[in-house]
Amino acid sequence: MPKPEILDPQGQAVTRALTRIGIAGVADVRQGKHFELEVDDSLDDETLHRIAGDLLANPVIEDWTVTRV
Amino acid sequence: MSMRIGVITFPGTLDDVDAARAARRAGAEAVELWHGDHDLRGVDAVVVPGGFSYGDYLRAGAIASQAPIMREVVEAARGGLPVLGICNGFQILCEAGLLPGALVRNAGLHFICRDQGLRVESAATAWTSGFTPGEEIVVPLKSGEGRYVADAATLAELEGEGRVVFRYVGGAPNGATADIAGVASADGRVVGLMPHPEHAIDPLTGPSTDGLGLFTSVIGAVAAA
Repeated sequence: MPKPEILDPQGQAVTRALTRIGIAGVADVRQGKHFELEVDDSLDDETLHRIAGDLLANPVIEDWTVTRV
Repeated sequence: MSMRIGVITFPGTLDDVDAARAARRAGAEAVELWHGDHDLRGVDAVVVPGGFSYGDYLRAGAIASQAPIMREVVEAARGGLPVLGICNGFQILCEAGLLPGALVRNAGLHFICRDQGLRVESAATAWTSGFTPGEEIVVPLKSGEGRYVADAATLAELEGEGRVVFRYVGGAPNGATADIAGVASADGRVVGLMPHPEHAIDPLTGPSTDGLGLFTSVIGAVAAA
């Protein structure tokens, strides 16, 4: 997800589009990315965090979380 | 023997031919570098040109920053090799960790293509040594993700150390923080900017010949070293 201090014009455009389709009450939209990885059971959490922090996300502009499902 | 400036081509690079032409026009020999090689072919400086490397997949510049040639560029840059990143090249250098900050979607969401005034804020880099601080130049800007951002500490460091190299004249059309169009590494050898100096080297095809100054600057900087 873009960090809170990073302006997200795409999210703002989505917010405005929601008003146009007649939905009220959505104050703000932030647009991010979602990756689904199929991994071996042997991959530990540390490796998953490395994947997220070193490649999938840019820590300069994005926050990220890793969830096992 | 003339100086050798390497120009990298990734899949999706667009401006390598113009960058090589600018290098030759400035009096250097242009050397083609391939993204998949681990070989800088003994060049004296490197240009990472613009375009849409790897289709901007993941994030602009993210995949290219991991390419074999970039491993070599990062290592050589740490040893003082002059490196210039233009547009997508600037994004790649930020993703590779050679320059601080990041480039994100333009504030207005529109792709911007126009001739753009820039103020050269620093002549203390390998790529701007031939300019006078405060000098204004006009070069094309053509990007959709050109809004420079960095955290407050990084911005303070860049401003304090005189590492903001180019600023947009008349306000940043893309919403870039502090009107920043280009920045330099701490040693002034690595520079990145969103606008395109390589498209402004010939009055026949560009708005000015101002862009040539970056290429003649690096020739002077390498000769002086």
